[in-house]
Amino acid sequence: MTTVLTLLAWAIALLLGGWVFRLAGQRIPWPRASTREYFRDMDYMVAFGFVLAIAAVYWAVILYFVREVTFFRWALNAIVFFAACGFLFRLVGRHVGHDASRKIFRQMPITAAFGILTIFVYATLAVFADFFAPYGQAEIFEKINVLPGGDPALGGDPRFLLGTDQLGRDLLSRLIYGAQNTVGIAFVTTCLTFLIGATVGFLAAALGGWVDQVASRIVDALMAIPQLIFALLLMTIATAWAGSDKALIMIYMVLIIAFLDSTRVYRLARAVGLNIVVMDYIEAAKLRGETLTYLIFREILPNATAPLLAEFGLRFCFVFLTIAALSFLGIGIQPPLADWGTMVRDLSQFINFAAFSPLTAALPLMAAGAIALLTVAVNFVVDWMLHKTSGLKE
Amino acid sequence: MHSVLFIVIRRLGLGVLTLFAVSVMIFLSVNMLPGDFAEAILGQGATPEAIAAIREDLGLNKPAVTRYFDWLFGVLTGDFGTSFAQANFSAFAGEATGKGGIGSVAAQLEPRFMNTLFLAMVSALISVPLSLTLGILAALFRNSAYDRAVNIGTLSSISSPEFFLAYVLILFLAVLTPIFPSLSNIYADMSMADRLERTMLPALTLTLVVTAHMMRMTRAAIINLLASPYIEMARLKGISPFRVIVVHALPNALAPIINVIALNLAYLVTGVVVVEVVFVYPGIGQLFVDSVKIRDIPVVQACCLIFAAAYILLNLMADVLSIISNPRLRHPK
Repeated sequence: MTTVLTLLAWAIALLLGGWVFRLAGQRIPWPRASTREYFRDMDYMVAFGFVLAIAAVYWAVILYFVREVTFFRWALNAIVFFAACGFLFRLVGRHVGHDASRKIFRQMPITAAFGILTIFVYATLAVFADFFAPYGQAEIFEKINVLPGGDPALGGDPRFLLGTDQLGRDLLSRLIYGAQNTVGIAFVTTCLTFLIGATVGFLAAALGGWVDQVASRIVDALMAIPQLIFALLLMTIATAWAGSDKALIMIYMVLIIAFLDSTRVYRLARAVGLNIVVMDYIEAAKLRGETLTYLIFREILPNATAPLLAEFGLRFCFVFLTIAALSFLGIGIQPPLADWGTMVRDLSQFINFAAFSPLTAALPLMAAGAIALLTVAVNFVVDWMLHKTSGLKE
Repeated sequence: MHSVLFIVIRRLGLGVLTLFAVSVMIFLSVNMLPGDFAEAILGQGATPEAIAAIREDLGLNKPAVTRYFDWLFGVLTGDFGTSFAQANFSAFAGEATGKGGIGSVAAQLEPRFMNTLFLAMVSALISVPLSLTLGILAALFRNSAYDRAVNIGTLSSISSPEFFLAYVLILFLAVLTPIFPSLSNIYADMSMADRLERTMLPALTLTLVVTAHMMRMTRAAIINLLASPYIEMARLKGISPFRVIVVHALPNALAPIINVIALNLAYLVTGVVVVEVVFVYPGIGQLFVDSVKIRDIPVVQACCLIFAAAYILLNLMADVLSIISNPRLRHPK
């Protein structure tokens, strides 16, 4: 009851604060005329926004410095750190490299710079996981459930910075190898998705007629079932086929997700392809007697790269999230391969120790956050690319 | 009015056709399984005679087309078949199979379906007003600090996996400050307040996922309209920006917004699976995942059909509503 009353009091105070803020701004004799006019013509909503922002900053300061809430401090530190990284990366990009790349960096918003940097870091970690990880991903040590932090007094072990899991595997190594497995499998799947989707889509656009009709109707029907649901259904069948062969289950998963996701790529490729097929140069190529392969790969594909590239980013996010969700549900990437989705599920119980050992509670969030960070980064970059190519201003 | 009716009826017909195609697809997928119901029930030590008897009993020796139509008519009358996991010998030999019996899929599905509907409804009730308000405000103060902050926030929340948002919420609202329980165990005879309290965290997670998307679409729909001449006119008359958006732009943006709401409710259908697993919410998504793991095919089949049907119906509703709310179609020249 008191919580409700406190919240209500805060809401009323904020609402009144808007008026007070505007009134105060109008009473203060600002030295510049433009400031005076700004306050005179201020909308109530704008004043309220200022008050809200002031309240948010006030609470952030209280939580950070006075109450010292651990997770809030970590989150804020991380945000500031990421923003600083993005800013520095952009700064470096603006001064290093040749003219064209410097120009791109000059117009880049900080979110996109951060996105590119993050993707780069993930790619490095994924490729050189063997080099960065202190131990192997399936290496089992004698100590199980070592707490993170590396302090022996608190149940840690300096050899394992993030501790070990219930089987005694080093969590830091598994987190790093997760980049290789989760991101790598998602990347392969996305490539396969594009191979299937774009090929069939361009074929449908180039051939038209009944090929187009049949393919489009099949795609319509496939898209009528929600993707995750359909993937789960097909995975049931795949696990029955694969038996206990874990590698086979993962191969089936890649194929199933690639197949289901290629319907979306098909739609886009066909739409883009249809616009290209009516061009004069296609007509000319047809009259020259070029083959269908030549038409698709040498005439249509080069002219469809820009929209397909943006779509590649978005598709990668979807595929990545689907694989993570399947692994989280226990039917995706199979142990002993390290994978973030499975890690979240296995470590999820640690979240209950948040009050005693924040670092332990953060373990499942680290794995889940690793997934979130990459998708957010890709989305930032795609958002910026779409914004740039469409020339949207408002 | 005539043309609208025609378009709507045609769209409805297409929806029925899609449902039919989807049911065929699900049936075909399930039929790709090695072995069949009888072998799965009896396990390794099955004698050929016993398998033949059960096949005879369940009609598994009939051709696929007959079995498909049997299944389809069963589904239409509320009989989803018998669950593998629940099936025991008595349920098999006796009369308990079929509609409403102990081992029947329908008996398992019904309470869970209601729970899932409840969850979806609660999250819709929170997210729709919230996202409309936020979206209108973002359109009103576009390119301001608020708009940028909201843009980054929604983009991050859209691209995070559902379980990340769920665990963050658990961490803050259940573990650090215990406001809501982190496990949503719900029973049939629970008071509404209790129920609501236990549904709150999954509902909030779904709200976070869906709100971001709806808000962005609302903002885009309204900003799209702001370029049109009658908005320019209203602005030149000297009306306040708030009034321009709420009174002039919003009614015309209604069609796309309704569309977005319906599509996001359809999205809730898939999002619900992961969220239910995280919170151990006794809904249809949890049942689906459990059945997938133990390969309980009749339940998987039924859940899949229900999810697909809900998805198709919501998409259908979105299309029909946007047709009806289009004044150009309602008042043809």
